[in-house]
Amino acid sequence: LAVLDGLKYAKSHEWVKHEGDVALVGITDHAQDHLGEVVFVELPEVGAAVSQGGSFANIESVKATSDVNSPVSGEVVAVNDKLGEAPGLVNTSPYEDGWMIKVKPSNASELGSLMGPKDYTKFCEEEDAAH
Amino acid sequence: MGLLRQSEKLGLPLMNLVRFKGMPILDQLNLEEKLLRTTSDNWCIVNDGANAPTVVMGVSGKPAELLELESVIGDNVPVIKRFTGGGTVIVDEGTIFVTLICNKDAVPKVQPYPRSIMSWSGKLYDEVFQGIGDFQLRENDYVFGNRKFGGNAQSITKDRWIHHTSFLWDYEDRNMTYLKLPSRAPEYRSARDHTEFVCRMREYLQRSAFIDKTIKALDNYFMVQPATPADVNSCQVAKFAHSTRLLSKQELEDACSSTKPGTIAQSASI
Repeated sequence: LAVLDGLKYAKSHEWVKHEGDVALVGITDHAQDHLGEVVFVELPEVGAAVSQGGSFANIESVKATSDVNSPVSGEVVAVNDKLGEAPGLVNTSPYEDGWMIKVKPSNASELGSLMGPKDYTKFCEEEDAAH
Repeated sequence: MGLLRQSEKLGLPLMNLVRFKGMPILDQLNLEEKLLRTTSDNWCIVNDGANAPTVVMGVSGKPAELLELESVIGDNVPVIKRFTGGGTVIVDEGTIFVTLICNKDAVPKVQPYPRSIMSWSGKLYDEVFQGIGDFQLRENDYVFGNRKFGGNAQSITKDRWIHHTSFLWDYEDRNMTYLKLPSRAPEYRSARDHTEFVCRMREYLQRSAFIDKTIKALDNYFMVQPATPADVNSCQVAKFAHSTRLLSKQELEDACSSTKPGTIAQSASI
């Protein structure tokens, strides 16, 4: 399962990528693989506030809704409208076309509590091994 | 407090068991969502029959695609959109509801993902139905052979999950006519209509026996502790914004209108 360089990762399996003063957020390849086929994505409104660790979206897969939690705090400045018609992009392209929201971060120091690619890879391996 | 220490000694997590009879399904779903999101306890809720026939859709359900709306509206059947995923069911006093709300680490080896949770719940109900019918978890449905008798759905938060099931102990054939054949269906359904696809649990075991066997199976994983409705009320927060909701008659009528030819031309001429 893919873990990309240049991104930061949360223990709840979301990723964040800084592009200038905006942070792009989505779920990881590990998460989409474990969730199964995504059939519906419910995203917040532009302008909504998100907080680190707080739920901002819902994904439906295999008869379950799963919370998606924001790795950073801030204001939602864009949402991926394509996910309405093509929720499967979360499965096929979790780090690119399947991005979920863009956030204007309010607290740069939050990045320090997130994992880099190597730590996240190890985290996933340990989590799967424990089950 | 004494029971908690006992359960810690045994190494099994505590599970509060709450039993209702005839609770309206909207109230049940609101209670479940509140307990999932605002408490940190494990819960089993058993509701022995809803109070009235009600359609319950999953979070992404579209009434126009899933329901025979003219009949639903004409017969004043309530339609609810619930907070969990999954398909559409019609429930009534013949439906037995079993809901499990757990912390993510409550059951060893179970990860907070849908297939992992259902793999465990399938084993739990294997124990309940041991020697009864040809029970299995088949493409995420609870079946006897190739006939579904239990529909389940889930919601997963960062640290907790809920798995709830509506078991068809009995049902009215007429009520099934409110539901269309869904476009998204398991392969084993083979395009069968509802009366050919589902079956009644009453043909296999007594209502009370099912509930007793379920609680007994839970004993293998939890220290099951009876809780009263007062216990439930005492641990709830005052304000909680439910996402389960009753659809209005207007919403259903608008959905019905959207399926009729000529609707776009009419609205364009206004």
